[in-house]
Amino acid sequence: MVLEALAREGCEVIFGYPGGVTLPIYDALYEHPIRHILVRHEENACFAAEGYARSTGKAGVCLATSGPGATNLVTGLVDSMMDSIPVVAITGQVPKHLIGRDAFQEADTFGITRSCTKHNYLVKDVNDIARTIHEAFHIASTGRPGPVLVDITKDALLAQGTIHAPGPVHLRGYKVSLEGHAGQIKRAAQMIWEADRPYVYAGGGIVSSSAAEELREFAEILQAPVAETVMGLGSLPSEHPYCINMLGMHGSYAANMGISNADLLIALGVRFDDRVTGRLDAFAPHAKVLHVDIDPAEIGKNRRADLPIVGDLKHVLRRLNKLLAESRDTEGRLKAASRFRWMEQIREWQQQHPFTTVQSDTEIKPQHLVREIDRVSQGNAIVSVDVGQHQMWAAQYVRFNRPRLWINSGGLGAMGFGLPAAIGAQMGNPDKLVIALVGDGGFQMSLPELSTIASYGLPIKIVIMNNGCLGMIRQWQELFYNRRYCAMELDCFPNCELLAAAFGLKGRIVERPQQLARAIEEAVEEPGPFLLNVKVTPEENVYPMVPAGGAVNEMILAPPQPVEAGD
Amino acid sequence: MLQLISLLVENKPGALMRVTGLLTARGYNIESLTVAQTLDPELSRMTILAEVDPAMRPLLIKQIQRLINVIEAVDLSEKQIVIREMMLVKVLVSDEMRAALLKEAEIFRARVVDAAPGAYTLEATGASEKLDAFLEMMRTYGELEVIRSGAMAMPRSSRQDRKGIAKGKELTKVSA
Repeated sequence: MVLEALAREGCEVIFGYPGGVTLPIYDALYEHPIRHILVRHEENACFAAEGYARSTGKAGVCLATSGPGATNLVTGLVDSMMDSIPVVAITGQVPKHLIGRDAFQEADTFGITRSCTKHNYLVKDVNDIARTIHEAFHIASTGRPGPVLVDITKDALLAQGTIHAPGPVHLRGYKVSLEGHAGQIKRAAQMIWEADRPYVYAGGGIVSSSAAEELREFAEILQAPVAETVMGLGSLPSEHPYCINMLGMHGSYAANMGISNADLLIALGVRFDDRVTGRLDAFAPHAKVLHVDIDPAEIGKNRRADLPIVGDLKHVLRRLNKLLAESRDTEGRLKAASRFRWMEQIREWQQQHPFTTVQSDTEIKPQHLVREIDRVSQGNAIVSVDVGQHQMWAAQYVRFNRPRLWINSGGLGAMGFGLPAAIGAQMGNPDKLVIALVGDGGFQMSLPELSTIASYGLPIKIVIMNNGCLGMIRQWQELFYNRRYCAMELDCFPNCELLAAAFGLKGRIVERPQQLARAIEEAVEEPGPFLLNVKVTPEENVYPMVPAGGAVNEMILAPPQPVEAGD
Repeated sequence: MLQLISLLVENKPGALMRVTGLLTARGYNIESLTVAQTLDPELSRMTILAEVDPAMRPLLIKQIQRLINVIEAVDLSEKQIVIREMMLVKVLVSDEMRAALLKEAEIFRARVVDAAPGAYTLEATGASEKLDAFLEMMRTYGELEVIRSGAMAMPRSSRQDRKGIAKGKELTKVSA
């Protein structure tokens, strides 16, 4: 019953881990075309489902048993909630007559996951299963996407029922407005042409609504800078002349200076996260705000919007582009000169402080490593990262030609995400190059998944940026805690060649900068999975940096490079 | 001042938990809460009085509105409303004071719902302040046992207010 409903929703693969109460589902899986990937921990089932969803745009499905299985999903659910990722989680529950009696592996999954899902269900009747699963997919993948959990009792899973064809889902309390208010869109066009220094702040909403093409058109009509949030990377191709990289805590100098001087902030599918805004009252202090989002609760949450539009970005941008294109030669002319000067100013900032190329002959700089990954990717590989310094460097240096290539835990910042998410991404994109770039901390949180990768022969290239410590913790302790380093060292890291061999994988340790390029090429050329442990300089910091709660234009830029003795 | 929220929710398991959970997750204390079915048996009406930071009130309403089981959420704090609460009071009263108590109760339009030797149980409805005053009065007669229902509120149907509600509804439509 469950599988039939999932199949009707187009589900091809489930990431799961069996248990007592979900055995009826596994019994059906025995002869069902849906593929099941047995992960090594339920948390990773949810992360993998997210990797699948983030890279394909389709809802990811994970399956766990009652009690510990369900509680292990929680981090992944919160993660997909924070980043608005469509995930349908199915959990088993103890039989109806045992609920509330502290049965073996019983947990109040419905209660526990209430706050970390967009919606959740407890199903106790076999005849509700199919309808509920269809509702779950509908809720997960429409409007502002998010995770939906369906908890099903074992007796319902075992019972025989009739499956109804999925009719149109009707939910009285759930309505999504896609189009956006026509009058507001008209006013937006006017507001845009009246601005001298417009600035586009593009986020995950562009990715969720598949509006990259519309964004490119918008930027080209407007000829204004587009900065992306960590969730929006790839919305506009990194190489595009109006793309000015990431903004926020570790954003580019140009992006952060731009936001501080703009007079119109065009916020598209963003939520004014504190890692972007820094001190709110110093964020875009001279700008009016035009905010487009599908979720009305985001409008005015952190920053008042002078002009709000509630709608799906693809629809709204299409209509806005049409209006702007029509008035380009009339109203669009008025401020064309100041917009041109503004873009010149942005380019000047870009040249003043680009992301610096740090390289050395004796040790591998982490920036050098991400540059090498960028070189083999050429903007086309799926890069799944963990959380910390390597994530920020990758966000700064790796180019993306389109959305859904950059996979990261943005809002929650969940370590241990990168490797299992890469599993999901590879399952969803069997022919694409998938690189899991992880730190030595996050890698050890997700290490059991090497076994999953090995057993399914998933050709993921795992690159460990190994600095022997929790780099971001070290950086904060250095900068803000007077170098009182505490609990940041990660010694006793396993020998990766032996570790890889233990799982029957190929692996390699890289310690010298001269070996790096070749080693990465070798990993990519290898048809199967590859584990690369790259030892990098431990004391390297991510710059620019806006200290937490600081103003975005008060960045700590890279410390001056020591001057090499001349010849 | 407390925030007064009126909600129309689907009459489904978990709907109450979602709403109260959202409030408690933000550290807001719920002062009173009433829930019951509406004329449409699939829906329930909830009235919540909670201590909410005034700056957070519009956001809270939108976040409640976002819940799948919630059909409508309206902030009635600043609106023209009818607000009523019901109370049951058991007064342990001496024989010589019984007549005086009944007279006093009449002033507050409280009704006797149960009588026993040495005790009366009275039912009173009204605005919370009126019930507070009634309680003060009853205290002078003897020991009390009290149950209050919590506030129920409905917008007044004046023209100005109708405009207010309509606006609220329109906003809901645009935003949902």
